[in-house]
Amino acid sequence: MTLYGYRVPMMASLLVWCVIWELVGQSGLMFLVPPLSAVLVAGYSMVQTSTWQAAAMITLHSFAIGMGLAIVVGVSLGVLMGRFKAVDELFSIWVNIFVSAPLSALVPVLMILFGMGETTVIVTVFLFAVWIIVLDTRAGIQHVPKSLIEMGRSYGASTFALYGKIVLLAALPEILAGIRLGLVRGVKGVVIGQLLVAIIGYGELFELYSRSFDMENFWALTIILFAAAMLMSAAIEHIEKKVDYYAGVR
Amino acid sequence: MTLSTASIHALPHAESAAVEVRGISKNYKEVEALRSIDLDFPRGKLTTLLGPSGCGKTTLLKIIAGLIEPTSGEVRVNGKTVTGPGPERAFVFQDFALMPWATVMRNVAFGLELKGMGKAERQSIARHYIAEVGLTGFEDKYPHELSGGMRQRVGLARAFAVNAEVLLLDEPFSAVDEQNRRKFQEDLLRLVEKERKTFIFVTHSIEEAVYVSDRIVLLSRRPSRVSQIIEPKVDRTASPDAIRRDQGYLDTVEEIWQGLKHYVD
Repeated sequence: MTLYGYRVPMMASLLVWCVIWELVGQSGLMFLVPPLSAVLVAGYSMVQTSTWQAAAMITLHSFAIGMGLAIVVGVSLGVLMGRFKAVDELFSIWVNIFVSAPLSALVPVLMILFGMGETTVIVTVFLFAVWIIVLDTRAGIQHVPKSLIEMGRSYGASTFALYGKIVLLAALPEILAGIRLGLVRGVKGVVIGQLLVAIIGYGELFELYSRSFDMENFWALTIILFAAAMLMSAAIEHIEKKVDYYAGVR
Repeated sequence: MTLSTASIHALPHAESAAVEVRGISKNYKEVEALRSIDLDFPRGKLTTLLGPSGCGKTTLLKIIAGLIEPTSGEVRVNGKTVTGPGPERAFVFQDFALMPWATVMRNVAFGLELKGMGKAERQSIARHYIAEVGLTGFEDKYPHELSGGMRQRVGLARAFAVNAEVLLLDEPFSAVDEQNRRKFQEDLLRLVEKERKTFIFVTHSIEEAVYVSDRIVLLSRRPSRVSQIIEPKVDRTASPDAIRRDQGYLDTVEEIWQGLKHYVD
């Protein structure tokens, strides 16, 4: 972008918003918005506390397990739905309901099923992330060129080789897009799960800081969470771009 | 016809048909695509299936490949009934069907990789055929870095590499631009002579069919039947440019056009 003939650097818009935040904070108009500098200072000392480190570990643990399950189940179900019409018809109504349903409303029910502990959080992450992965994988599998599958068959590929060497790789761009969207939803899931049910980990800290109106720490926590979600999403996007490069000739 | 006579007699079962099509019919729901087709494809020759667009040429080729089940009838390759794809047949696809994430080398060697051949062995075979189709130096390129003509050369090298007796080519040049197509046709003739395999070739171009074929099977419009079999009287020992000006070549093109004209609206 250029402004009055000058090239504006890439992160400029972010800087503008940071300055606005700082000014609003310094003016003291809203006690909910402390100056950005104060938030950063609070964040710096917060990450050194054992409370935060323990909370981050618990959160990461639930997130990793929930996401891992979501990717395995989501990709498998998506492949089956993409390849077999019967499976597609059996599951597509549920996938489409869940992908748009307000899942937060289900979390209390999950608590009854899975108790107050980490299991509920893992299940919440899974439920938030899995559906979009299923849908994107299914779309990717359906868009695998018919001739590539015929090629595999005519050169004698076993079913295993057909999927492992052709179908999954051809659908990889869509599968990765699904995983990236699933990751972002999974971050939502882990916080909502921890907030609504098991008051542990990050949810516990959110609860603590917002109740005591400790806005510096509250915002520091939020920024770290956003940054983590965006970093993960950017990492997948990076891989996606590499894969798109090879898939560009489909 | 002069060029292949000597070689054919040197092969075993030289007189028998490599591929026999017996009473093949194919219906798609209420649409009748093929109606009781009987054909023999002589060993070591290039036979072309030619006909109006949508006449089921590709369907017939894919039935021979074992990729599509016929509604009735059977295909025999070397006397054995076809029940699916087999190692004695290799397919060249209209849209190339290359794996975009794999290099030229891996694409060409892919048929051998699926057979479980070791890496060094299959790469040396692949390298030979990459050279045969004129792509030496492009082994590590990806398909999107190649032109359409070069991509189809990769497809052809992949088919040669598995050393199948029967090569099935489904409009291999239709997605290749005109100038590259001519060069490619000349190269194909050279490879047909060198590799001594049975080629079954589908095209909708009359000139292409006459230029490359030993035999041309004309199919009628749907429901498709064999309407005529033509053996072009073209002296292929001549240079490519001389062939295209040859009277026999021009007469055959004209003869086929007269036969097909009434199918075109």
